[in-house]
Amino acid sequence: MSKADYDLVISGGRVIDPALGFGKEADVFVKDGKIVDISTETNKTARITAKMAEDRVIDASGSLVVPGLVDMHVHLREPGREDKETIITGCQAAAAGGFTSVCCMPNTTPVIDNQETVKFVLSRAEEADANVFVIGAVTKMSQGKELAEIGDLVKAGAVAISDDGHFVQNPEIMRRALEYAHMFDIPVISHAEDEFLSKGAIMNESFQSTRLGLKGSPSVAEIIAVVRDIKLAEFVGGRVHIAHVSTAGAVKAIRDAKADGIHVTAEATPHHFTLTDEEIGKEFNTNLRVNPPLRTKNDVEEVIRGLVDGTIDCIASDHAPHAEEEKDVEFDQAPPGMIGLETTLGLVKTQLIDKGYLNWADAIRKMTYNPARILKLPGGTLEIGSTADITIIDPEKRWTVSEKKFRSKSKNSPFIGWKLKGKVDCTILAGRIVHQNK
Amino acid sequence: MKLRSRHLLGLEGVTADELSLILDTAESFREILDRPIKKVPTLRGVTVLNLFYEPSTRTRISFELAEKRLSADTISFSTSVSSVKKGESLKDTVRNIEAMKIDMVVVRHSSPGVPYFLTNCVESNIINAGDGAHEHPTQALLDMFTIRKKYGTLDGLRVVLVGDVKHSRVVRSNIWGLKTMGASVAVCGPSTLLPYEVEQFGVDIYTDLDEAIDGADVVNIMRIQLERQQAGLFPSQREYTNLFAMTKERLKRLKRNYTIMHPGPMNRGVEITPDVADSKSSVILDQVTNGQAVRMAVLYLLSGKKEKEEDDE
Repeated sequence: MSKADYDLVISGGRVIDPALGFGKEADVFVKDGKIVDISTETNKTARITAKMAEDRVIDASGSLVVPGLVDMHVHLREPGREDKETIITGCQAAAAGGFTSVCCMPNTTPVIDNQETVKFVLSRAEEADANVFVIGAVTKMSQGKELAEIGDLVKAGAVAISDDGHFVQNPEIMRRALEYAHMFDIPVISHAEDEFLSKGAIMNESFQSTRLGLKGSPSVAEIIAVVRDIKLAEFVGGRVHIAHVSTAGAVKAIRDAKADGIHVTAEATPHHFTLTDEEIGKEFNTNLRVNPPLRTKNDVEEVIRGLVDGTIDCIASDHAPHAEEEKDVEFDQAPPGMIGLETTLGLVKTQLIDKGYLNWADAIRKMTYNPARILKLPGGTLEIGSTADITIIDPEKRWTVSEKKFRSKSKNSPFIGWKLKGKVDCTILAGRIVHQNK
Repeated sequence: MKLRSRHLLGLEGVTADELSLILDTAESFREILDRPIKKVPTLRGVTVLNLFYEPSTRTRISFELAEKRLSADTISFSTSVSSVKKGESLKDTVRNIEAMKIDMVVVRHSSPGVPYFLTNCVESNIINAGDGAHEHPTQALLDMFTIRKKYGTLDGLRVVLVGDVKHSRVVRSNIWGLKTMGASVAVCGPSTLLPYEVEQFGVDIYTDLDEAIDGADVVNIMRIQLERQQAGLFPSQREYTNLFAMTKERLKRLKRNYTIMHPGPMNRGVEITPDVADSKSSVILDQVTNGQAVRMAVLYLLSGKKEKEEDDE
């Protein structure tokens, strides 16, 4: 018996590839881990698949077939806090959420501020169910004092640098980081939050913080930081990417900068386009403690507007696992962060697509092509010849977020119990099925 | 008439009928305090835990006495002599103590929301004795009780809360309670100690004390803490006193039958001058006495209230 012409055929789905401007019913052919053909000739496909083994043909009729999703902002916690998440479990969560590529932030223990730690993460990721790209630290130990060996980090495979979790408070250091990173054509990802203004803050500063007596971080702490980094990027000609945009003022600053031709890109998280700070007082649910904090209704609306008009390029989860015992405490004692890999797609569909803000092509672009382009990652497209990283989505599937079903090692999600629409049917990594919904 | 909740977590959302019930009940307990034998068997067999994670003199003693006068068994816990020093979590601490068959927990903690958090940890009735800058419902109830006793009503009175509004749980609980009972409430302090969007409470805002107290019935003066100056929220104690201290000269701006209050502990000479604190219109010590009656009422009204049957878990 001769070797099969194709290893996998995904038939009858609506193929959406914003990178190619493609959006119609088609069949996708995979061989040796690559996409070898996309065809609209249904009869021909039927003749081919008739001869193939049943488990090598995926009937995607009624589903969407899109490039494997890319999450450019996750915390995998390894090395150091393997009790919260490992590279393996984090990538299982990614696969379950439809992501074939994730970019991990360097705030591990030790911090990913050197070549060896980058190599360690990449070696651990070899067996994982998703591609892992490493974001290195801007400064040694992410302390904001001395630049990390950025050249070494890039050489080892880092795709960007960030001191995520901390703002690079010293503008001179940030200026040099932008200049230096520019040599390697990588962006500096800014956790934009002035630490003097946000010191000790537990939530957003608003009537809600006033009502609850919790210390608030003012929106201006983010706005000042965003404006500063935009101006520095403009001055040195570097590239800055603003992580987890949460305020109306930051959206406006980024929009204005883009209009001025400055190289700035930005991402927003599902929680910042879904939840407001009014949720906190209801039950003091520590899973709502996150940094930057949940903001006001106006901020949520403006973040959505930024997603709609293209000011915000990407949707990223900021997946931040924390152990149960760390979150089962007094509200202000809980570490900030929530998991997100497995709820992002459902929230995008439920909060953005179903409410008419984005269509599928726009949404997929922000979760594939845009992050891949910003970080110069392979993938993010279904172009013939590219690696077969593919996500199949059941767009109308209704489901309830359940703590028990999370693949992530941690369960700290405020969306547990939410009813969402849109679920991953199947995730394919280099031609291998890494997740299939039963 | 009963309270809807089996806990007292704050005065936000507590109805006028419920507040009146607590204050009316407190009236009858207030009489007991003037008897030669200040004890009733109301809570015999009920065990109350006083869980104090923050230093407190007045509130802790007041609760303890209220419990004893109701014949409850009481146990008091403070962080300096407990396993908290060994790193035990709040949840584990309170669950362990509850395993010793506690019925009610009175809690003071620096973190807002801790009383709510405890309702998910244990079965006991929870009474908030102050959670960070969030609420201090029994303090506000005793303030309201004291005002009502003098004027017969709270409806239509003008009450001014002066001082560190930003960090004060007493202010927040007073605002909720007083407004529900129909009082008109103003807050006054340096703009740096007025929290963001405080007007959304539905109160009048002043940064000039003379304007704030003009025609007021009641002035309730909050303690100013020195740490706030160190945090850069006002330049000096001297300047604070010049601008915001309640002095004798200022009293004439008030209505004739005015009342001066302070939840304590007082910084004499800082936010209130001694002559005002000790004047005949000052009800500061009445507040302390009434606090016991109010706490007896709250303990009595909540004791024995059980969780409804949960059918979905």
